[in-house]
Amino acid sequence: MTFGIDACVTPVFAAGLLDGAVSVTHYLVVGAILFTAGIVCMAVKRNALGVLMGIELVLNGANVNFVAFASPYLRGENAVSLGLDGQVIALFVILLAAAEAAVALAITLNFYNNHSTVDIDRADDLKG
Amino acid sequence: MDLAAQLPFLLGLAWLAPLVSFVAILFFGPRMGHHGKNAAWVATAAIVTSFVLSLAAFGAWLGAHPVKAVAHGSHGADAGHGAEHAEGHAEGHGDAHGGDHGHAAHVPHAYSGDWYTLYQGGDLKLSIGWYIDALTVLMFVVVTFIATCIHVYASGYMHDELHDVTDHEVHLSGGGHLHRPGRFPRFFQALSLFCFSMLGIVIAGNLAMVFIFWELVGICSWFLIGFYYERKSASNAANKAFIVNRVGDFGMLIGLMALWGALGTLHFADTPAADGAGVARPGLFSLVRPAAEGHALRVPDGMVKFSAGREVAKIAAGRAASPADAAAEVSRKVDDWRSMGLGRWLLFVAGVGIFCGCVGKSAQFPLFVWLPDAMEGPTPVSALVHSATMVAAGVYLVGRFYPVLTPDVLLVIAYVGAITLFIAATIALVANDIKRVLAYSTVSQLGYMMLALGVGGWSAGLFHLVTHAFFKSLLFLCSGSVIHACHTNDMRKMGGLARVMPWTAGTMLIGCLAIIGAGIPFVIGLSGYYSKDAILAQTLSFARANPSHSILYLAVAGGAFLTAFYMFRLWFMTFAGQPRDHHVADHAHESPAVMVAPLVVLSVLAVVAGWTLPGGFGLANLLEQARPAGTEATATGGFAFGSLTYPAEHESHEGAIHVTATLTAFSTALAGVLLAAAMYLWRIVSPDVVAKVFRPVYTFLANRWYFDELYHAIFVVPVLAIAKLASANDRGVIDRIIDGLAWGTRQIAGIDAWIDRTLVDGLVNATATATWNAGLELKKLQTGHLRQYVMFIVVGTVALFVLASLLFRTTLAG
Repeated sequence: MTFGIDACVTPVFAAGLLDGAVSVTHYLVVGAILFTAGIVCMAVKRNALGVLMGIELVLNGANVNFVAFASPYLRGENAVSLGLDGQVIALFVILLAAAEAAVALAITLNFYNNHSTVDIDRADDLKG
Repeated sequence: MDLAAQLPFLLGLAWLAPLVSFVAILFFGPRMGHHGKNAAWVATAAIVTSFVLSLAAFGAWLGAHPVKAVAHGSHGADAGHGAEHAEGHAEGHGDAHGGDHGHAAHVPHAYSGDWYTLYQGGDLKLSIGWYIDALTVLMFVVVTFIATCIHVYASGYMHDELHDVTDHEVHLSGGGHLHRPGRFPRFFQALSLFCFSMLGIVIAGNLAMVFIFWELVGICSWFLIGFYYERKSASNAANKAFIVNRVGDFGMLIGLMALWGALGTLHFADTPAADGAGVARPGLFSLVRPAAEGHALRVPDGMVKFSAGREVAKIAAGRAASPADAAAEVSRKVDDWRSMGLGRWLLFVAGVGIFCGCVGKSAQFPLFVWLPDAMEGPTPVSALVHSATMVAAGVYLVGRFYPVLTPDVLLVIAYVGAITLFIAATIALVANDIKRVLAYSTVSQLGYMMLALGVGGWSAGLFHLVTHAFFKSLLFLCSGSVIHACHTNDMRKMGGLARVMPWTAGTMLIGCLAIIGAGIPFVIGLSGYYSKDAILAQTLSFARANPSHSILYLAVAGGAFLTAFYMFRLWFMTFAGQPRDHHVADHAHESPAVMVAPLVVLSVLAVVAGWTLPGGFGLANLLEQARPAGTEATATGGFAFGSLTYPAEHESHEGAIHVTATLTAFSTALAGVLLAAAMYLWRIVSPDVVAKVFRPVYTFLANRWYFDELYHAIFVVPVLAIAKLASANDRGVIDRIIDGLAWGTRQIAGIDAWIDRTLVDGLVNATATATWNAGLELKKLQTGHLRQYVMFIVVGTVALFVLASLLFRTTLAG
């Protein structure tokens, strides 16, 4: 079984999302929505904490994709691995997100201490 | 140890001891006590060691070859030699052919060998080796003995150098005199090196080694003459001595090349074969005087073949197939060619060339001008180097090389000696500097020695060399004592010194008597009496045999008169009469014991050196042991100056000739002394009146025959002119060309610089400016607004997707 965009995406759109059985495509749609919501959140929020939340959304949108692509539907029957690759990477991403959040919150706290605000529009000290 | 091993060992050590001292003083001199005071002890210890070793060698020699009275005319007395010759394998001349000749011709005992080979390639072998015969041993004893005396004397004489010295003869531009540190160790360092070099000449086993040490004594002489090198006159004199000697050495090099090119060896003696039997390689002596010919002189095969080079080449070309046949034919024809006279000019050139070196070193006409100037050196140097030993090296080499000299060369030597002795004696008549009188006297006496060798008086010349070494070093040391006391060299300021300096006056009187050959005729005399008589007798004998050359006898007899006159003029002016300058007279004092002791020792030897003890022991008979083979009999020869007869030397000791010579010597010397006394002691004839009457002659002599002026005009001035021309060429032409090249290079470099600055730098700068400006523009993108960055990323990503979907549509579409 080959895998390609033409092999999975095109038929889904052709058949319609709402009347078909739940498939990888639906997960991808959810991931895309989460991702887009995260990006929009990062782009429009002035509060640094909001931006961090947007980052979490983006990362989790990606996680959904990883897990979806790791589903048995997409894996070949001859695969030799345990079939947990996507989940493992998702765990890594969660881990890294936690670490990143810790660092980012520390930066935010310091920024607050210095500027008495968490408005990222005020954080333009590194302007070129 | 047998004698053949013992002699090189003893004399080799004696030779090297001064070298050790030289090296020690060179490196540690200034640290040897206060101002290097102990350097004198080091050098003296070394030369005393040499003297003791030389004496040991002398004793060993006498033990093996006792000196016997020479039985003239009956060579049967030498019959015992054949047996002796068999003993030593290193015995150069004797053993190879000692037994072959029933008539037992005189062959000198000689030992030779090599210590060290400097270079060996093909025929050429340059080595450090020895050639030891009675003459070598004798010279070792004489040189080391006189050097010992002079080292002791100099340690007193040079004491001024132990402190800082103010040289009153050097005027600085500021008007003051030169102050400099003392140079005591430096003096003894040079003296040690000189002794080493001189002994090297004496012991040398081949001409190449002679030449090496010849040049070494030259450089030592240069060091010592220029000891007070701040004085212009001293440094000029040193350079003059060195350069004039180079002229002679050029001739010597030609002689060396003639010998080596034609004969392929420079060794004096035969080189024995490795197994000890036979001769591996004949030396110069046996090539020129082969034993098979009874040691008669003949042109060696090598020189004949060299001169007949064209014939030899023709034969070789004709029989190219068998080189052995060609060689055989050449050797068959050699005798024919020899009788045609081929090669004799080459031998003549070789002899005269070697003699040229001796002319320079022994200050013979026309190269004698350096020696009087050399008196600028300290007086001990004048005594050792410039009267007793180094200048005698030329005479020694002629004596050593005597077997190779043809009658024609000997005649050249005789005439050069005669001219020298006459010119120098006349100049000495009017000189007023005490050391210059002695210097000209030295030149004159060296002329005597050369003349004696040149008329066949081999032992007479070398006998005079030895006796002269004693009394001339004595005279110089006395003059040094006088100069030390008076602080002047000018005899016109002296006078009446005998009262204050009795020892110096007495010993100098002995020296004067010795040099004029004083003695009671036929009974006893001072050393000079015997040696000068021998020279006169041999010259007379030669003049009788060759009447066309009887002028030589006149020169010798006249020289004896002049010698007596100027020596006693010196003595009377210095020591007799009333003081002429009271400053000098009040100052004068006897020299310290360390200086007087050598005078006494030398004066004793000046008296006794010529004596022959009842058993036959004496210098003359000792020298007879070393007489070159084949020179004991009367010989005739010569091609360039007509046929010459060289009478055997022992004939000159016989009856009529001996009586005439002795009476001539006595009467001329007596006349000279009486004339000197009349002019300078009794004042019967005033010297000033004589000078006035013979004004032109006096001026001519006082200006030293205008030799310096002559050489200045014909050598120095042209050389300077050529030098100026060369310098002008250098500055005007060569420098201009080089300046032009430099100018052109600068112009090209200017163009290069323009290209570099404008094009290359411009390009680099433009790149930099563009990059800078791009950076300035891009800087504006970095707004510092986080949300804008997010927008950029999103827009960028979307743009990339759009771009990719447009460009890779086919792929996306499948």
